Amino acid sequence: MDFQATIDADGRIEPRDAMPDGYRKTLIRQIAQHAHSEIIGMQPEGNWISRAPSLRRKAILMAKVQDEAGHGLYLYAAAETLGVDRADLLDMLHSGRQKYSSIFNYPTLTWADIGAIGWLVDGAAIVNQVPLCRCSYGPYARAMVRVCKEESFHQRQGFEILYTLCNGTPGQKAMAQDALNRWWWPSLMMFGPPDTASTHSEQSMAWGIKRHSNDELRQRFVDMTVPQADVLGLRVPDDGLVHQDGRYRFTEPDYTELYDVVKGNGPCNQQRLSHRVKAHEDGAWVREAAAAYAAKKEARAA
Amino acid sequence: MNDLFAYTLRLGDDALISAQRTAEWIAAAPQLEEDVALGNIGLDQLGQARSLLQYAGSFDGRTEDDLAYFRDERDFLNVQLCELPNGDFAFAMARLLYFATYQHLLYDELRSSADETLAGVAGKAVKEVAYHVDHATQWVLRLGDGTEESHRRMQAGLDALWPYTAELFESDSLVQRLPAAVDPSTLSAAWTDRVLGVIDESTCERPSSSYQHTGGRLGRHTEHMGYLLAELQHVARSHPGATW
Ligand SMILES: [Fe+2]
Ligand SMILES: [Fe+2]
Repeated sequence: MDFQATIDADGRIEPRDAMPDGYRKTLIRQIAQHAHSEIIGMQPEGNWISRAPSLRRKAILMAKVQDEAGHGLYLYAAAETLGVDRADLLDMLHSGRQKYSSIFNYPTLTWADIGAIGWLVDGAAIVNQVPLCRCSYGPYARAMVRVCKEESFHQRQGFEILYTLCNGTPGQKAMAQDALNRWWWPSLMMFGPPDTASTHSEQSMAWGIKRHSNDELRQRFVDMTVPQADVLGLRVPDDGLVHQDGRYRFTEPDYTELYDVVKGNGPCNQQRLSHRVKAHEDGAWVREAAAAYAAKKEARAA
Repeated sequence: MNDLFAYTLRLGDDALISAQRTAEWIAAAPQLEEDVALGNIGLDQLGQARSLLQYAGSFDGRTEDDLAYFRDERDFLNVQLCELPNGDFAFAMARLLYFATYQHLLYDELRSSADETLAGVAGKAVKEVAYHVDHATQWVLRLGDGTEESHRRMQAGLDALWPYTAELFESDSLVQRLPAAVDPSTLSAAWTDRVLGVIDESTCERPSSSYQHTGGRLGRHTEHMGYLLAELQHVARSHPGATW
């Protein structure tokens, strides 16, 4: 079957199938940026491993950050099926030619931020990614099935952190509210620009890469999250929030902030990228040594 | 202090402080596979620490968190090898080789301890630590016999940590009189054999040192320990009585 017929029949495109150049390029960009987001996302949460306030929470957080590294690995592997190299994609990240999710350019200031990230950021990621489990490109869709399972654990663990704080001391509850106040708007922006301004959407929809518009997904997230905030006893920091016919009307985030952060002007852009570049550069001699050792071993065996 | 409590704390503190240092590598490792591997190793160490601290706490009604977060520096009984700040990746692999080889020999013996709980913890941990030894060994070989730079760094890591290894095998009246304990001095010969075997194969020189550090088992630590604990404990201590 040719490419368009497969797409029209809602079938899967596999690595060896013919595909239009634009389709390949769009997927490489999207999967790479998704992979970059997973590994940059390790930083704001990794920031709290050493200070997690109980050993149980420390173990859960370490496992979570490790899962994100695993997500990065599956996604880079999925991108490599399209004929690119992980090393080249990492160079694109390090040189700023490819982006990662802007949400990770905000700082984690208190322990409650670890709860808020799990609940809101992993929660938003799930809303974005569940439809990708049906993406037309097979390797990406399959990677997403695995990733989504783990993200839903993360979301529950984040909620549970906040639930414990909200039922704890007044100081803990205040910490939880403060975290929601700071993470709410950036989380809404995780769905991208409003439909009226989104540039890539139409073609991606036709190719079966994207299944729902940014605004539809954002609405789904709000509808899912606001009742959970009620369970926590936290106030969503939006005076315009109204419940109407089973949906929530909410105030749109300030998208000029989103565009600014994407351009590099967020509180942690510099920090996140330079941390990543430093880890990579500090590790260069290790990777070179591993390659040299493997070559010597091979030469000895020959 | 009850003997079994003190002995369990020594093992638990070694594991806890190691986990704290290992975890610092997450999101800073030389490649993504290594972030995952070091995450696994840190999680194993933390899991061992939790089992051991829970058991230690059962003797006087404290929880694992009471012991981890609300003891002061002088009450921690880990060896100094575990608390030294992370250096480069070669330093990390030298430390893992030294420490995991020791833990492997120890847990292997402790499996037949007269104390059922310790024997149970050791039975699970010995398998985890076998992987840590293997991981460290592979890297010491690669780095030692890799490039000129990696060889130099590997040698430096092995040398820098050697003076902290004798402490692992110190014997005292506690381990001698406690039937459930393994006297670590009995592990020293096998450890030296294994570790030097790896070092020889890695083409590095065998380290030597006229000075050996001591004091961890008595709660005398390096200057680094206070900072490690400040970081580990500060949130818990800022909210006394809170649950998390
Ligand atoms: Fe993830
Ligand atoms: Fe996640």
